[in-house]
Amino acid sequence: MKNINKTTDEFKKIVQKEQPPVNKTANFFKAFLVGGTICLIGQVFQELYMAFFNYSQQDAGTMATITMIFLGGLLTGLDIYDEIGQFAGAGSLVPVTGFANAMVAPALEYKQEGFIIGIGANLFSIAGPVLAYGMVSAFIVGLLQTLFGG
Amino acid sequence: MGIFIKAFLVGGLICGICQLILDNTDYTPAHILVGLVIIGSILTGLGLYDPLKEFAGAGVTIPVSNFGYILTQGVQEAAEKDGLLGLFKGVLDIASAGISASVIIAFFMALIFNPKK
Repeated sequence: MKNINKTTDEFKKIVQKEQPPVNKTANFFKAFLVGGTICLIGQVFQELYMAFFNYSQQDAGTMATITMIFLGGLLTGLDIYDEIGQFAGAGSLVPVTGFANAMVAPALEYKQEGFIIGIGANLFSIAGPVLAYGMVSAFIVGLLQTLFGG
Repeated sequence: MGIFIKAFLVGGLICGICQLILDNTDYTPAHILVGLVIIGSILTGLGLYDPLKEFAGAGVTIPVSNFGYILTQGVQEAAEKDGLLGLFKGVLDIASAGISASVIIAFFMALIFNPKK
């Protein structure tokens, strides 16, 4: 029994010792490369929408965002985005393609539970908190600026 | 040509920093996404996101922090016009397209595809 009498901290140390070391520098550059590339692709779409569809810069940016959401969702459905994520970590999480992935992946995972509780609810398991906190912080910032004339 | 390099560098840097946070703290990816949106919102309030966008283009409009930017920008513009009502009315003004597209596209993707066995 004496092996089981470990505190949480001791247990953590044992687990950490047995895990392969994480190469944080390599992880940083992988995330940097993939994340930067995704942003670069977004910029290319934005320029294309401005050049060929005569969108304003703002609208072309929005269209580029929507295109990236589509691609992120599609690659998630095709089971490719997770592979990218294994390599890129935050590089595929932080761009808006990662947001699309965070909606589609749990919805797919719980699809068998039905359209409402399965797909409907799980679309928002991560997107929900993101939108809630985004809207609340936007409100607070707006309120402070209204009150103090910032 | 410069804007492409700047978008790559700035966007990449944001992702790299988030990777460092993931590797060195107990925060989860969901924390990162929520944190980025809040940071985007605060930077917008401080008037810093517009110059960043001017400089790096998609380098700051493709990361999720952009949701914080467009949500807050909508509130700011509407509050100037409609006061208190604008604080509520403006939230989705600019963000409408991005958020609606996310929900609609994600729904159909989840509908069309099946999870891996």
